[in-house]
Amino acid sequence: MDYALIPEGVKRCSFGKFVLWISAVSLLLLWGAAGALLCWIKGLNQTNMNDYFGFGIWITLDLAVIALGAGAFFTGFLRYIIGIDELKNIVNFAVIIGFICYSSALAILGLDVGQPLRGWFIFWHTNIHSMLAEVAFCITCYFCVLCIEYLPLLLENRQLKKIPSLNLFGHHLHRIVAVFAATGTFLSFFHQGSLGGMYGVLYARPFAFRDGFFIWPWTFFLFILSAIAAGPSFTILITWITQKITRKKLVKKNVIALLAKISGWLLLGYLFFKIADTIYWATVTAPARGFTFMDFYRNQPYGLWLFILEIGICGVIPAIILLTRRGRENNSWLILACFLNCTGVVINRFVFTVQTLALPVLPFDRFVTYFPSWQEWASSLAVIAYGIIVISLSYRYLPVFPQEKELNPA
Amino acid sequence: MFPFCFEWQWDAGHFLFMGSLYMVLTVVGLGLMYAGIRTFLDLKKGDH
Amino acid sequence: MKEAYKETTRYGMVIDLDKCTGCGTCMVACMAENNISFKEDETNKLDSITWMRVYKITNGRPYPNTEICYIPRPCMHCEGSHGHPAPCVSVCPATATDQDPKTGIVSQIYTRCFGCRYCMAACPYHARYFNWWDPVWPGEMEKYLNPDVSPRMRGVVEKCSFCHHRLQRAKNKAYLEGRREIREDEYIPACAQACPANAITFGDLNNPEHKVYKLKKSPYAFRLLERLGTNPKVYYLSRKGWVRRAADN
Repeated sequence: MDYALIPEGVKRCSFGKFVLWISAVSLLLLWGAAGALLCWIKGLNQTNMNDYFGFGIWITLDLAVIALGAGAFFTGFLRYIIGIDELKNIVNFAVIIGFICYSSALAILGLDVGQPLRGWFIFWHTNIHSMLAEVAFCITCYFCVLCIEYLPLLLENRQLKKIPSLNLFGHHLHRIVAVFAATGTFLSFFHQGSLGGMYGVLYARPFAFRDGFFIWPWTFFLFILSAIAAGPSFTILITWITQKITRKKLVKKNVIALLAKISGWLLLGYLFFKIADTIYWATVTAPARGFTFMDFYRNQPYGLWLFILEIGICGVIPAIILLTRRGRENNSWLILACFLNCTGVVINRFVFTVQTLALPVLPFDRFVTYFPSWQEWASSLAVIAYGIIVISLSYRYLPVFPQEKELNPA
Repeated sequence: MFPFCFEWQWDAGHFLFMGSLYMVLTVVGLGLMYAGIRTFLDLKKGDH
Repeated sequence: MKEAYKETTRYGMVIDLDKCTGCGTCMVACMAENNISFKEDETNKLDSITWMRVYKITNGRPYPNTEICYIPRPCMHCEGSHGHPAPCVSVCPATATDQDPKTGIVSQIYTRCFGCRYCMAACPYHARYFNWWDPVWPGEMEKYLNPDVSPRMRGVVEKCSFCHHRLQRAKNKAYLEGRREIREDEYIPACAQACPANAITFGDLNNPEHKVYKLKKSPYAFRLLERLGTNPKVYYLSRKGWVRRAADN
């Protein structure tokens, strides 16, 4: 039925099957939309956040998807600025993943603020000293850049390509994509960093506070490093899942292996600095504010196990796998490493968001727990449904993977 | 965001922060304009 | 009116914990004065608004050596240190919270706040509250609202303002009477005025003629979480060593 829209020379499932698949996923999206609507109409009392937990699952999710979406800018940077040619086979997909991550982050932010209609105040009445203002500016600008990067691919659609103006516009945009990639890199560097800076500057929250360089706390640099280490792993992971679902090879192994190697080295670099930062924080920064390292982990659910899980199991182990040739070449180990790497960055964002707020600072204050309401879960899970739908539509109607034809001869 | 917003101050911080923002917007805008103008010129050339 | 204030004015509070009986009058006075709405069910204290909140602490020792102390906690109106302003001020992305350089009072502009709650994450004293609900006053209670204080809408953050409207009122009065300075007793927040035990003293911390200036220099004076460098403008007094120790981490 939609044959005329499907790229030439590739095979796709029947239209009926596709509609069924999209409809099933849309149910999750609808459930999320119901939760979101309730929050917009009735207010944030629909969530389980409270005055102790001003940030909850949504901010954790925002930070996590932005970190995982870093694959888009970083792959673009490696492909268009550094000039690693092999990555042209995966850069389209990385851009789509980035687009999904950033658009959902913006949507969730629109849900998370108490007065969404005043969202523009952040731009109009900017406090340039606020890390959050920097995040808002860079995310919004970078989302525009991602749209521009996605556009040439969208215009590659078989039918849209027939319209000369659109075809030419897409072609000319693609010709100067390096300019957009460079702008995206600049913006991403600052917003990934500022997301970390957001917590590092909280000098009255000793669990999050870090010293730093000039106006940037160390978390600024650590968040950039962890994002560019996890982003490529997330791209690999989603490519693998897409290959499993479509039952096709879409990207050659050497491209994946290259991305995995880059991810591994960056993860190693991140771990080195993260461990150094933790040692300095535990021995200098926190004690200066009257806290010992163990004060942050004793007598509460977020014990030392979470720290070990983040740095050890989801940090050191994937780094070892990604850095050894045998680990990278074995598909199961590779996917496990990518999964652990991504989990590590999600835990890191969770720790900085939830654990920072959960730990009482006043000596006579108590530890408060928080568990998201169904509205928060539903709207968060809807992001996954939204991602599946965008990827499914893009995969079906756009030439996302340049190697697909070669790897799947008719 | 603009000099007429009352939070605005003519200081180094605003110069750097807003300068970067407007630079990015200019680059993105010019890029889009370039693609638009080239498309227009190519289409015109094709007509003749 | 500009010259009516010395540049060095720093309004602050000294709360004598040995006098505080934990009666909660300060909380009630604050709620009534500042048009703080309430929910039908106030059992969940984690999302109800109490600009002034009284904490209860004990020395943790068994009877008969048990001792109790109540700690009233308004906004600390942190002064900040080492180039940092108050923890909540620098983080606000929309400049909805600011510190008045003339009085040191940390303000909150409700119509500017868009409810990101970053300031709440930054404040270690939990002095900031979010309006999770639409404000409602049952029945005739709307008639009791203070006309000098704007009620807040759902979705914004609010906090103790040191009854800033009372300062405005005092300034206006002084202006009409042709005075440049306001007297110590002309500007007192509702909590300090209502306290039946006279535990709360308010004034200019930098003015040697004000009571708070002397009280803050007492050897029994301390502030909450001094080591964080927030530099609060609310001081506490207690002759009990365990209370002083319990106040800092």
